[in-house]
Amino acid sequence: MSTLPDTESRRDTPAVEPTEYVTSYPEFLWRALKVATDGGPLFYVWMTVLTAVWLVGVNAFAHQLVQGQGATAMTDHVSWGMYIGNFTYAVGIAAGAVMMVIPAYLYKDRDMHDVVIVGEILAVAAVAVALSFVNVDIGRPDRLWHFLPYIGRFNWPVSMLTWDVIVLSGYFLINLHVVGYLLYTRFLGLRPNPRWYLPFVFLSIVWAVSIHTVTAFLYSGLGSRPFWNSAILAPRFIASAFVTGPAFIVLALQAIRRLTDFHVGDAPIRTLIGVLRVTAVLNLFMLFAEVFTELYTGGSHTAAATYLWFGLHGKHALVPWIWSALAMDVTAALLLLFSDPVKNLARIDVACLLTLFGIWIEKGLGLIVPGFVPSTLHEIVEYVPNQLEWKVSLGIWALGIMIYTLGLKVAIAVFTGRMHHERRS
Amino acid sequence: MTTSDDPDRRNVLKAGAVTLGAAAFARAVAPVTEWVDGLSVDGFLQKHYKELSKEEMNDILRRHEQKTADEYGREVQIQDVRPIPGVQFAYALNLSICIGCRKCAEACHQENNHDRRTNNSYIRVLEMTQGSLDLAHGNPNYDHPVPQPGKYYMPVQCHQCDNAPCVKVCPIEATWKEPDGIVVVDYDWCIGCRYCEAACPYHARRFNWTKPEIPADEINPDQAYLSNRIRPQGVMEKCTFCLHRTRKGRLPACLEACPTGARVFGNLADPDSEIRWVLENKRVFVLKEDAGTQPRFFYFFDV
Repeated sequence: MSTLPDTESRRDTPAVEPTEYVTSYPEFLWRALKVATDGGPLFYVWMTVLTAVWLVGVNAFAHQLVQGQGATAMTDHVSWGMYIGNFTYAVGIAAGAVMMVIPAYLYKDRDMHDVVIVGEILAVAAVAVALSFVNVDIGRPDRLWHFLPYIGRFNWPVSMLTWDVIVLSGYFLINLHVVGYLLYTRFLGLRPNPRWYLPFVFLSIVWAVSIHTVTAFLYSGLGSRPFWNSAILAPRFIASAFVTGPAFIVLALQAIRRLTDFHVGDAPIRTLIGVLRVTAVLNLFMLFAEVFTELYTGGSHTAAATYLWFGLHGKHALVPWIWSALAMDVTAALLLLFSDPVKNLARIDVACLLTLFGIWIEKGLGLIVPGFVPSTLHEIVEYVPNQLEWKVSLGIWALGIMIYTLGLKVAIAVFTGRMHHERRS
Repeated sequence: MTTSDDPDRRNVLKAGAVTLGAAAFARAVAPVTEWVDGLSVDGFLQKHYKELSKEEMNDILRRHEQKTADEYGREVQIQDVRPIPGVQFAYALNLSICIGCRKCAEACHQENNHDRRTNNSYIRVLEMTQGSLDLAHGNPNYDHPVPQPGKYYMPVQCHQCDNAPCVKVCPIEATWKEPDGIVVVDYDWCIGCRYCEAACPYHARRFNWTKPEIPADEINPDQAYLSNRIRPQGVMEKCTFCLHRTRKGRLPACLEACPTGARVFGNLADPDSEIRWVLENKRVFVLKEDAGTQPRFFYFFDV
């Protein structure tokens, strides 16, 4: 099963007639479509529920397009909210998937290598989610073409947002290429040629760090927002990405093991838990370092942190959220540190779930909203996402999970040999 | 993917599911038709302000005039008012005599065709406590007779910064600094990401969260492409020092409305201008100097 680039596999791909590619690629896509729409009752129920949630989101977004962003709870004071919070979080998940790629390819961990596709598909799905959140946040999606270099006016390299567009779409394409290439060659019954994917795999490792760094720079580069204007923001983003990504994958791997015939050993799960034990604590430490600097210094620049943790002038909408997040993150870290990954896997699963929610708050609403409260003129206008924003957001997550489910389904069919090309000779 | 089910039956079921799904999707996106109706091919393909020829600009201005007539029921004149060579605009505000009456904010509201429902204005007046310049002690939501003892008043609007964070962050160059120092927005190019609104240290930018509502008889028909024409939904807007007036030698609406004469506007490049006199002879400061924004908007005290 391994496609590790050892000397044996480094030989060139066996020759395939070019004409065979012409017919076999459409066949690959057609077979993938069939695999992706075929399954047991549980699969159909799962997909129907996700489709329903997605459609609710699509409908809510359609209303938002007509009425304008005024249909959300955002205001000129808190001008980014639920959508940009989820965007930030989804970028973290995408970047965190690299925690499978690094052991698999850099440390040549064979067991991880066998299942690394699970992380690579997650990267694709999570970037799709992140980009969707940007699209629902902007006021004029009809003008997206203004972003196109040469055709529009791309304010690169000055605007950090242009960097984010480049790194996110680049990360999407790199992972799509790696996943697509590996699946297609395997479908053909060929050994993947390392030349065609290994450089991209290593590029994706660097790129993964870049997507969350640039996303942090979007905020930390703004001198007008002291809450974000901190050099530790990018390292904090990376640390939490390396919590949420592995936590999600630990749960996904167990689900795959139970629900499919794809072989998932214990070793990759244990490796990821090892990563989580470090990153969960590191994330908390960095959060603590930031909060200490803010609160101990005092002064009006720390008003946002005070608002977030304790409330300000009788306004405290975020206080229950952030303390819940802290409780979840701390509990998760303790569970991870003091549970045996073999005997107490259930406790580890609880920890993964807790930290996924905890960081969703801490690097979502808990990060975005205090940037705006108090405002630059020190007005305190609160923000709580409304029903429409919840619908749109859940719809996008449903879409992401659908992409992930279908991607995994095709990958597993190819990897287990159920979906393969019939050689005509 | 072999299952015990009959493949034909399976395909029929799949086709049924796809049909149902497509129908549900069509229902879900149905409201979009109203949004699409509001778009036009010309509007969709319109180029950036700086790339438009004179003829193209002319067509666009007529199209917008027609649109205002159709949607708001008012004949208006929209011009593309260009900067005057050699002019560098700046604004100064005398905090010693401002009484916080908010006449400036009201004049801005009317002059610039702001949304009536939100009572929007590019100017916010802060009631400040004597002895502190800390904005944390300011209150923009005061509702009592002015001036109050122990208070002073600080109107804040766009500072037309020479080092403008809002211009820097815009991913598509929809906002830029004009040769006369005014920071403008091409409302027909902006995608509404609101990054500039997050970047501005002075809360000077506003987003059109909904389509602006203004009764026909309240619309100011004297309009310019880059300033006070009625903005589309979903784009940013900001103070333009009333460029449709000031580039024609008139004063900003907020200055004309001020009952105390606290506002001074003029050409920095003219050594005999009042603004130059204020900057040279008064105790002048800028807001949030540490932000490094280099504003074109100054505050000063008499004593």
